[in-house]
Amino acid sequence: MATKYEAVIGLEVHAQMLTRSKIFCGCSTSFGSQPNSQTCPVCLGMPGVLPVLNKKVVEFAMKTALATHCTIGPLNQFARKNYFYPDLPKGYQISQFELPLAERGRIEIEVNGEGKKIRITRIHLEEDAGKNIHEGIEDASYVDLNRTGVPLMEIVSEPDIRSSEEAAAYLKKLRNILVYLEVCDGNLEEGSFRCDANVSIRPAGQAAFGTRTELKNINSFRFVQKAIDFEIKRQEQVLEEGGRIIQETRLWDTQKQVTVPMRSKESAHDYRYFPEPDLVPVKISSEWIEEIRKTLPELPEAKKERFVLEYDIPPYDASVLTQSKKIANFFEACVSLYHQPKAISNWIMGDLLNEEEIPLSPEQLTGMIELIDKGVISGKIAKTVFEEMLKTKKDARAIVEEKGLLQISDDESILSLIDRVMKESPENVEQYRKGKEKLFGFFVGQVMKVSGGKANPVKLNELLFKKLKTPS
Amino acid sequence: MTMKLYQLTIHQAHQLLRKKEITSLELVKSVFERIDQTEPKISAYNELRKEAALKESEQFDRKIKEGKFKSPLTGIPLGLKDNICSAGVRTTCSSKILGDFIPPYDATVVKKLKESETIFVGKTNMDEFAMGSSTENSAFKKTRNPWDLERIPGGSSGGSAAAVAADECLGALGSDTGGSIRQPAALCGVVGLKPTYGLVSRFGLVAFASSLDQIGPLAKDVTDAALLLNEISGHDPMDSTSSLRPSEDYLKALRPEVKGLKIGIPKEYLIKGIDPEIEKSVMSAVNLWKGLGAEVVEISLPHTPYAVATYYILATAEASSNLERYDGVRFGYRSSEVKNLNDLYEKSRAEGFGPEVKRRIMLGTYALSSGYYDAYYKKAQQVRTLFIKDFTDAFKKVDAIVTPTTPTPAFRLGEKVQDPLQMYLSDIFTISANLAGIPAISVPCGLSSTGLPIGIQIMGRYFGESTLLNLAYAYEQASGFHNQKPNL
Ligand SMILES: [Zn+2]
Repeated sequence: MATKYEAVIGLEVHAQMLTRSKIFCGCSTSFGSQPNSQTCPVCLGMPGVLPVLNKKVVEFAMKTALATHCTIGPLNQFARKNYFYPDLPKGYQISQFELPLAERGRIEIEVNGEGKKIRITRIHLEEDAGKNIHEGIEDASYVDLNRTGVPLMEIVSEPDIRSSEEAAAYLKKLRNILVYLEVCDGNLEEGSFRCDANVSIRPAGQAAFGTRTELKNINSFRFVQKAIDFEIKRQEQVLEEGGRIIQETRLWDTQKQVTVPMRSKESAHDYRYFPEPDLVPVKISSEWIEEIRKTLPELPEAKKERFVLEYDIPPYDASVLTQSKKIANFFEACVSLYHQPKAISNWIMGDLLNEEEIPLSPEQLTGMIELIDKGVISGKIAKTVFEEMLKTKKDARAIVEEKGLLQISDDESILSLIDRVMKESPENVEQYRKGKEKLFGFFVGQVMKVSGGKANPVKLNELLFKKLKTPS
Repeated sequence: MTMKLYQLTIHQAHQLLRKKEITSLELVKSVFERIDQTEPKISAYNELRKEAALKESEQFDRKIKEGKFKSPLTGIPLGLKDNICSAGVRTTCSSKILGDFIPPYDATVVKKLKESETIFVGKTNMDEFAMGSSTENSAFKKTRNPWDLERIPGGSSGGSAAAVAADECLGALGSDTGGSIRQPAALCGVVGLKPTYGLVSRFGLVAFASSLDQIGPLAKDVTDAALLLNEISGHDPMDSTSSLRPSEDYLKALRPEVKGLKIGIPKEYLIKGIDPEIEKSVMSAVNLWKGLGAEVVEISLPHTPYAVATYYILATAEASSNLERYDGVRFGYRSSEVKNLNDLYEKSRAEGFGPEVKRRIMLGTYALSSGYYDAYYKKAQQVRTLFIKDFTDAFKKVDAIVTPTTPTPAFRLGEKVQDPLQMYLSDIFTISANLAGIPAISVPCGLSSTGLPIGIQIMGRYFGESTLLNLAYAYEQASGFHNQKPNL
């Protein structure tokens, strides 16, 4: 019988921080400028220049540390990580090594309805490197140093993760926290939220860890799961065939959907870390920590609980709505305009979750829901109105009036529609009256159809029932 | 009076400018005439900026005419060590790898001196990247000692020391990582001051060993050293290691009285191999202070024997990292025989750096390597705390510590080039002050029987520059050794 294996996964996330200027100089951190236009002698690593720490960067990381229940060290220190690469102007990256900003935190995740704590080993600060550009150039490479010195937070988890689903849940949760804190925009595709995964497997029940590989170049949640799953399978196969896992760095190949080993030359670095002599250690007092704690916004976990209590919506709804700060804010804006939390939640969850930008205003959405509740339009018509609203940006009421979508609610009109349908299918009427009551739905559908979906469903049911039961 | 203008000290020249007896233009012209005469023998400068200097002096003269002086250095021509960045002027560190490097920015000290209306004569020669004790490690030229042209001027600020000694400028800036200001000052018979780490901004000083480097003045006398220190010291937001202490007026320290000051003589410094003439000079200096009312006691700095070893681990480790940016990618020398990225790195660095720099990069890389870090770098950092403690303990008992600056007077060119270890030992008395971060000054203390200058070193408490200047000034005024000049 084949051995059962258990995966052991730890994740390292590099999050670009949303500070306006770089970590050690005054250059802008914004994207998309001309190559090398956002640089100065400091981030270009010219001779004689010195780094000066941007205090905002420390505060952003402190917020993250507090939100993930980490302990912030009273003294943290920068260190140099030495290696040669053209996108690294100084020949070393200023990072943190022995004394990181924060340690020992946790994030709670939920997979298949089960909660789990994933411990965080450390959060440290460092500077981003530039970018080498090879595409479209023959016999040369160019270097763009705009990104050099953009502040990064490295958030390292303990190897507490046991499946690719847990890994994805952890990353989504962490990303959500960072976005809530407004310290990172969480964009995987653009690389402002990057993930490396350390993956190993061991026979189920064994305490010791297996040899791990490090997966790099994973730039979407989908790929994280795929890459980890692939790597687990690959390692199982190697062991089953009597092989041995080699500790190495592997890259996720998006095209071929496989992990491939990075050339060992590139991964075999001795970084020669040592304390950065150009920066003094950062002292963090408990007063400073408390000051930062006061600025923390409501985090997803707390918001979710409050939504359940305050708006009486199901926990599932609350957790979906708080997945994104934008959606949560939109929900609350709607509820404050029109207090029908569950109806609002239904519409948001059904039609707005996948939108990049919320395409309508809280006024528009609640205006429409109000029309449904007042019986002006039916739920079915509302779908049409909703689509039209997105297209034309007009209010629900204007659309209803323009398109003649007002609900038909007067007895007389509905009765005349019922008469028409009954006349068109006398045999069905007869069958129903003989006891085939299932046909009731058929009549409802027909009347709705001839009314163009505008018949008030409650009225229609009531009148149709009476009419069918009363022989003419 | 047959005194030439180039022979003036800064404070003398300032007085004459104030009295309108001379102009800055005359002063600068005189210095360049002197350079024309002596520079072929001395080779103190890598780059001269005659045209610009003359033009600047004319501008300042217009203000001086109206009696407007921004500082006591207004209109004064100075030399600048070639590892201190000056916008638009080549800054080479006497290295082929920076041979054509023109920084787009001024070092903070340069900015300050420009604001003080000084005039830069040129950039002075040095050991490549400040690594050396004889200035023989320059990639461009060998600077000679004005007292004996067959001898070295010391290093690494040998160009600055020789230029001041040969009257090729009125004063100069150097940098001191393990004695690079004090040792050449001693060997050339001028005053050299290494300030407390953090007193003078390092921004724009091309780094050798960041935790040890400090910019300081080389001057014809103690008063000039105080004047220069006044202009260059003070907090700089561009340098995170710069001190926040409020500025001091060091001129106030220039008093001839030393009564009540306690001087310590560390027994560990009177080692074997020290030139007896030097020992004698130092002891007579000590006696002079005693005569002026200072108290002299023997003290102990027990960890002194470990200073050189500790220094060469820490300094080379930091250097190996600081010099990684010279990779041929963005600035500086790039090999023309490059086929791929590795070639670019290896060939540019192999062709661009000289042998001493390579040796230190190798040493430092080794000291930081995984598996050796704890035994070397980390251990050296721990020992460093012991030096600090040695000095903290000593300064509970004394106000200043006096030692020779160097174990011997200037040696001959080529004498120690083949023996790096002997060369390293010439810094044996100066290294401790850098490791501890304390200030230290070297002042002329007579000549050897062969007519070579001898220097005496005074070390002080953190930010105790005033005490050093006080003792140095009192000694200088009583001994008159600063008036001795080389025959050129
Ligand atoms: Zn910059």
